[in-house]
Amino acid sequence: MKITNEMRLEFLSKSQNEAFARVVVAAFAAQLDPTLEEIADIKTAVSEAVTNAIIHAYDQNPGYVEIIGQLFDNGIIVQVIDRGKGIKDVKEAMQPLYTSKPELERSGMGFTVMETFMDEIEVISSLGEGTKVTMVKYIKNSNRTEKPR
Amino acid sequence: MLDIISHRQGDTLIVSIKGELDHHTAEIARDRLDSLLEDKSLKNMVVDLSHLKFMDSSGIGVFIGRYKKLSERMGKLGAYGLNNHIRKIWEISGLHRIIDIYDNLEESLNGIQEV
Ligand SMILES: Nc1ncnc2c1ncn2[C@@H]1O[C@H](COP(=O)(O)OP(=O)(O)O)[C@@H](O)[C@H]1O
Ligand SMILES: [Mg+2]
Repeated sequence: MKITNEMRLEFLSKSQNEAFARVVVAAFAAQLDPTLEEIADIKTAVSEAVTNAIIHAYDQNPGYVEIIGQLFDNGIIVQVIDRGKGIKDVKEAMQPLYTSKPELERSGMGFTVMETFMDEIEVISSLGEGTKVTMVKYIKNSNRTEKPR
Repeated sequence: MLDIISHRQGDTLIVSIKGELDHHTAEIARDRLDSLLEDKSLKNMVVDLSHLKFMDSSGIGVFIGRYKKLSERMGKLGAYGLNNHIRKIWEISGLHRIIDIYDNLEESLNGIQEV
């Protein structure tokens, strides 16, 4: 796939930034003319990945969360990157209902939501170094090439 | 970002949750709902989600937590006004299996008071 546009965003791991991050990615994805449902799917998945970076990766020491968004002809790639504590066992972490913080009323459904709402997801993590979540969403009727401005 | 407006009808608390429910606002929602539920004469709760524009998995914990609280006093939790996006989150998380979803307030009140 050929990348047609790209954006990068970096912000401090504060919960106030969860809404900011998902709105920015949604605004970027809007260039592909997605449906309202596709926008809601992207927003939700980004919110999950960013929240995880804030509450799990940087739970002890705050740090920066980075988002890279890339558009291609019929979709968007979103990478959410942290340099926090990392995940010991990614496969276990991605199981529905698995959470390491049940005392905070976490549901353990974050990764399941990302998997359901996006078309592809890949999680790369190493302990003490951080985590990168890469998600792809195909936009069914993206037609911006027919509408040059 | 999040607004909670409530009134009571008999022993049921009717709560309208407006705005966006994510990890940041979940703490606000949890605190507000729990302080409202400190009134032990309240048995059931109906949440009106028709003005809830966004919810992610952080919201699931908020509803499961309040459901457990109400269950302890033999009460019920019902919901209405879910848009398609929020309905999807409820379905993948299984929330719809423990919290009854209705079309409107009247149906919710009838449903919740049935034994
Ligand atoms: N960026 C991250 N850094 C470290 N741990 C993470 C990260 N993302 C997820 N995890 C781990 O994976 C688990 C499951 O994540 P998730 O499905 O979103 O559930 P929840 O956030 O409700 O715990 C978390 O409880 C945490 O242990
Ligand atoms: Mg999560």
